[in-house]
Amino acid sequence: MTTTKSKPAADLGAHLAACESFAASTAGHEWLRTLRRNGVTHFTELGFPTTKLEDWIYCNVAPITKLAFKPAASADASVTAKQLSPFAFPDWTGSRLVFVNGHFSPALSSLPAPQKGVTVTNLAAALASGDALLQSHLAHHASVDGSGFSALNTAFIADGAFIALTPNAVAAEPIHLLFVSAPGDAANTAQPRNLIVAGTNSSAKVVEHYVSLGGAAHFTNAVTEIVVGEGANIEHAKFQEENLEAFHIATVQATLARDSRFLSHSISTGARLARHNINLVMTGQGVDCVMNGLYAVGGKQLVDHHTVADHAQPHCGSHEFYHGILSGSSRGVFNGKIFVRKDAQKTDAKQTSRNLLLTDTATVNSKPQLEILADDVKCTHGATVGQLNDEALFYCRTRGIAEVNARRLLTHAFASEIVNRITVEPVREHLEQVLWARLEELIEKK
Amino acid sequence: MNPPLIEIKNLSAGINGKQILKGISLTVRPGEVHAIMGPNGSGKSTLGYVLAGRKGYDVTGGSVTYDGKDLIELSPENRAREGLFLAFQYPVEIPGVNNTYFLRAAYNEQRKHRKLEEVDAVDFLAIVRQKMKLLELPEAMLKRAVNEGFSGGEKKRNEIFQMAVLDPKLAVLDETDSGLDIDALRIVAEGVNKLKRPDNAAIVITHYQRLLNYIVPDFVHVLWNGQIIKSGGKELALELEEKGYDWLIGKNSK
Repeated sequence: MTTTKSKPAADLGAHLAACESFAASTAGHEWLRTLRRNGVTHFTELGFPTTKLEDWIYCNVAPITKLAFKPAASADASVTAKQLSPFAFPDWTGSRLVFVNGHFSPALSSLPAPQKGVTVTNLAAALASGDALLQSHLAHHASVDGSGFSALNTAFIADGAFIALTPNAVAAEPIHLLFVSAPGDAANTAQPRNLIVAGTNSSAKVVEHYVSLGGAAHFTNAVTEIVVGEGANIEHAKFQEENLEAFHIATVQATLARDSRFLSHSISTGARLARHNINLVMTGQGVDCVMNGLYAVGGKQLVDHHTVADHAQPHCGSHEFYHGILSGSSRGVFNGKIFVRKDAQKTDAKQTSRNLLLTDTATVNSKPQLEILADDVKCTHGATVGQLNDEALFYCRTRGIAEVNARRLLTHAFASEIVNRITVEPVREHLEQVLWARLEELIEKK
Repeated sequence: MNPPLIEIKNLSAGINGKQILKGISLTVRPGEVHAIMGPNGSGKSTLGYVLAGRKGYDVTGGSVTYDGKDLIELSPENRAREGLFLAFQYPVEIPGVNNTYFLRAAYNEQRKHRKLEEVDAVDFLAIVRQKMKLLELPEAMLKRAVNEGFSGGEKKRNEIFQMAVLDPKLAVLDETDSGLDIDALRIVAEGVNKLKRPDNAAIVITHYQRLLNYIVPDFVHVLWNGQIIKSGGKELALELEEKGYDWLIGKNSK
């Protein structure tokens, strides 16, 4: 883990002033105010990361620090349901919670039918009603000293999604969380904070979906904490399709208890700069988790995935599959850490990172990082960067498929391998449509 | 006599400047099955790849006339569309591409080339179901990705299944028997036999005589060191089984 602290950026003045005015204008329990203050303190100390930090070496966030910082105080009321129709999943029967600029919009949302043991609401409402789970979990999982971004998000904790499942509760339908950046002038800033707490043997499927309505630059700084109880089963799909001027920084932090199962997806096609931190900590034995990811970018986009599979306990399995498709002069970064702690015997960790470069000017930095302190473990990793497999191309052509179509077919297939692991069909269908269009663009514009 | 479907004349070819085929001549007419036998490294698979048009395999001499056309001038896809099919020794896995989708894409590209109407998913499924029975394939195989996670036998059966659907004029089977147990071998061979008609032909490349108990060839050719050193009827295969290749090779390697 990186211990070097970043030097505070030259000027955090505007950000700190915003923190102050937010703290002054926002009510809340004392514990929450303490939490936010803690966020401000750490943000003041950390500032924004620079490329001198090992974890940010390929991810230059300087443009974000120069952006006017205007955290939204509430949902933009001008957004209409019609504007959201391109982001609806086909034949969707589940609920949808819409957040505009990070704040919940009841008018645009459809909450699930009440179900015993299943709470699906927004954080602000849960805070107002004094749900005890919040105090015991909020900001207890995602560290504020990891990067200035999480600290900044913590300083502004106000709204986001809150999902809680009591022991044995099984959410009847998948839950769609739609985070919309409203059209407007530059530098819309959204800082949603999401918390999912799944009790023993409970189960749910959650989709975290980020989109933009306008074309202007905006900044999303999201943190999602997921607490998966013993024997619980959670599928979390994150899909980021923001506009190509957007800046997206997000952390998914999951704590996985004994015998739980966690399926994480990260599909990233949008944003000028997208940084995804996905950290899974296995705190009990017998955990089985999957990290599944796909990025498809072009032009001057930068997409950076930093993942952590922390095997703190024995007999856990983590399986990681990341695919990248890069066109134009885009850049991809994949950094996959696997920690196997001293007592984590019988760990089974597998990681693959495969990248397809459609142009000579696209680049990828793929780095596995294994730190293994136990001796009876199985850990494998593999990374590839290159073009389409010649043998597969030839095989398609010998069946009569033209070379250009064979290339198309294999490129789409490379994406489908990842998408097919998502178990919610309407989500898969939506992704296939969006990805199809995006890949056609990348193939043609290269 | 029928006009030849394929006429290979004095064909020389190699890879990376290394000469592998050193003057092969072979004529196959519709309705015929030719077996090409030979020890490892004799150039059998190279011949298959050269006929299918694999990149990197350069023809350095001779000619191949297929159905009246210069085969070497055609791209691999156009060879397929003209009715040439290569069953791979090692079929390629294509994760993420559904087997039926793949085959329909191929089928329709071939139809388009022949100025025939493309077939929709429903009609195609009917064609596919009929051919599956022929090869005793489980329906589940249709829904899986092309060759992904298939056993060796399943991959070979899938090759013959593709052949059945695409209905080529000339099939080149490259060691389709290798890695098959006797039951799989029987199913694959029966599939090939059921597809045999007076207007199509097959070149069966094999290392072992075993396959030829099931697919009975009209002609047998022995390939060694890039040349056909002996041709004969089906009895030649039996002779090879009994005596091995050494008696032929010895004569030719003075």
